[in-house]
Amino acid sequence: MKRIVFILFIYLFASNWSYALIQVDITRGNLDPLPIAVSPLHVDIKSENFKELKVKNLGDQISKIIENNFKNTGLFNPLKKEAFVQKPDIAHLKPRFEDWRLIKAQALVTGKLLIKDEKLKVEFRLWDLTAAKEMTALAFTTTPSNWRRVAHIISDKIYERLTGEEGYFDTRIIYVAESGPKNQRVKKLAIMDQDGFNTKYLTLGNELVLTPRFNPTNQMVTYMSYFRNLPRVYLLDIETGTQEIVGNFPGMTFAPRFSPDGKKIIMSFAKDGNSDIYTMDLETRIVERITEHSSIDTSPSFSPDGKFIAFNSDRSGLQQIYVMRSDGSNVKRITFGKGIYGTPVWSPRGDLIAFTKMHKGRFYIGVMRVDGKGERLLTENYYQEAPSWSPNGRVLVFYRETKAGDKGRGFSAKLWSIDITGYNERKLATKTDASDPSWSSLLSK
Amino acid sequence: MIKSLFYSIAFHTLMIVLTILSLPFMLREPINLPPIVSVELIQISDKTNIPYAPKARKIIEETKKKEEKRVVSEQAPPAAKAKEKPDRIPLPNDKKEEKKIVKKKQNPEEIKPQIRQSSEFEKKELINTNEIAALIDKAKEVQATEQNKNNRITQSNKKNSFATGLTLSQEDALRAQIFGCWSVPLGLPYDQNLLVRIKLQLKKDGTILKSEILDHERMNRPGQKFYKVLAESALRAVRLCQPLKVPPTGYDKWKDLQLNFNPTEMLKG
Repeated sequence: MKRIVFILFIYLFASNWSYALIQVDITRGNLDPLPIAVSPLHVDIKSENFKELKVKNLGDQISKIIENNFKNTGLFNPLKKEAFVQKPDIAHLKPRFEDWRLIKAQALVTGKLLIKDEKLKVEFRLWDLTAAKEMTALAFTTTPSNWRRVAHIISDKIYERLTGEEGYFDTRIIYVAESGPKNQRVKKLAIMDQDGFNTKYLTLGNELVLTPRFNPTNQMVTYMSYFRNLPRVYLLDIETGTQEIVGNFPGMTFAPRFSPDGKKIIMSFAKDGNSDIYTMDLETRIVERITEHSSIDTSPSFSPDGKFIAFNSDRSGLQQIYVMRSDGSNVKRITFGKGIYGTPVWSPRGDLIAFTKMHKGRFYIGVMRVDGKGERLLTENYYQEAPSWSPNGRVLVFYRETKAGDKGRGFSAKLWSIDITGYNERKLATKTDASDPSWSSLLSK
Repeated sequence: MIKSLFYSIAFHTLMIVLTILSLPFMLREPINLPPIVSVELIQISDKTNIPYAPKARKIIEETKKKEEKRVVSEQAPPAAKAKEKPDRIPLPNDKKEEKKIVKKKQNPEEIKPQIRQSSEFEKKELINTNEIAALIDKAKEVQATEQNKNNRITQSNKKNSFATGLTLSQEDALRAQIFGCWSVPLGLPYDQNLLVRIKLQLKKDGTILKSEILDHERMNRPGQKFYKVLAESALRAVRLCQPLKVPPTGYDKWKDLQLNFNPTEMLKG
């Protein structure tokens, strides 16, 4: 009997063993930046110069912008041009894959441009060097002065093709440009490309401006400005430069923000000495009260689907973050950690909420899931706050102030960005000191 | 006459009463006994199975170390096992003591003889059941190694040939090699199914003869753009890594190889 059982077992295992296909599970990979070669775009000999634009250098400049964008993500490693094995004039044809593989590149960007009849035409191709095939190829036609945007759009397309998520290069950041001594700061509204170029000032600096926020359509900005020592909420059309006051609310108004559809503004203002959250329909100008509590409720932010609102409140004693339905019902506290939590901002992906935390005199920028779990503090410093999401929900921009010495010396405020993994912390290049940044969505969407 | 009749009636009545009274006693005994015995039997078998398992496992491990390959034990099966069994005889003796202790704890002294009988009766059978138990343990071991493989707790050099045809260390080496080559696209939606299965046909030196994405039709489905990015990255990793670190022998076993890429846990962080 025992022999039979034994033989049966051996037979069963032996049969499985001899015919099974070997399977190996790969659940991890490396996070090293992907080596990518961005060949300078080949300039067509038929090209004409356009105004002050030197067409000869344009191919090289566009490739440098793409390289810079990739380098700033921390996800790509643009290879040095000195190591390139093919010249741009032939690289817009099919590349010699084996030669490019020699310099350890995994992806290659090639392309060409032509300016004719005051139109800039740019073509680019992305090559998978290990598979020796083309991954994507696109062409753009625009006015030549738009050449920087073309470089950003190409960067977005390549980023999306290689990472699986939308890019964030063809975007702008609006912020408060600061200058002067700490106790007499001049604050102007400024806007720039996400890489720090094309800075424009939108206000003159004779009024104090605070908390600018982009409309999802990008044409409008809402911000706060002090008028006769009273803060008012303004709407500004970036394209036309026209601005208007959004209603005349009693008392202090704070932190206006657009709803995801751009039709409403959500903000907090003080009525009878108590701050609550209100929305205002931009078309009908009807104001609706969302919270009704004796505590101070501020910093509201809609979820991307518009169904929920995150805000901070001191109703539990210390300032904490709460989430409620957009009609004000079902209020739930989501932060229970030590310290004070504020400025909640819902990720465009909808999966995370970014916040500022203050604990034992230090400031942290962090993210957590929308139920308050999985809190991750990304960066710690003397003073930093106001996180704003990149449109793909991968990067946060915020501002950081340094400690002022005697008579306000040594004080500075700069914009910084950090990846949601907590890596790749970078200072953004701004012409002046800067605070309160807000990241636009993709312009070319 | 009347007297004798009276005595007769009295005695008969007494007999009937005694019979009536005695019958329930007769009934009670058989009702009481079997359950006690059966309960004890169950408890003993439970107790015997638990301590045998780890010890049997130890013995199996020891014998495995002695044996170079499992194939050998397959070909000389029952006799070889029977020879080893004398080594195991001390084990049941040890367990006998344990059994007694258990019985004292749980049952009244009166039932001891019955239990002894049953346990002695079992002893003879235990030798056989233990062997089966040992075999079952062996099967569990195989399952456990498979689980270990899946959980990536792969530090031993034990053979994993039942499951894959590669030893765990060989499998680890291959996995580690591909980890290094795979640049995971970080923007993938981790709440979606991110499993990419790639079937490879390899040459003897580990270079790739043929590669195929098993769910390639998913790449062109609407809303599955991310899957294309993921599948391409996995394919890129395999190509970058070649020649793959494969064992020098057993080409027939690994010439067809399936790699299951799934970055979900990594992306969730």
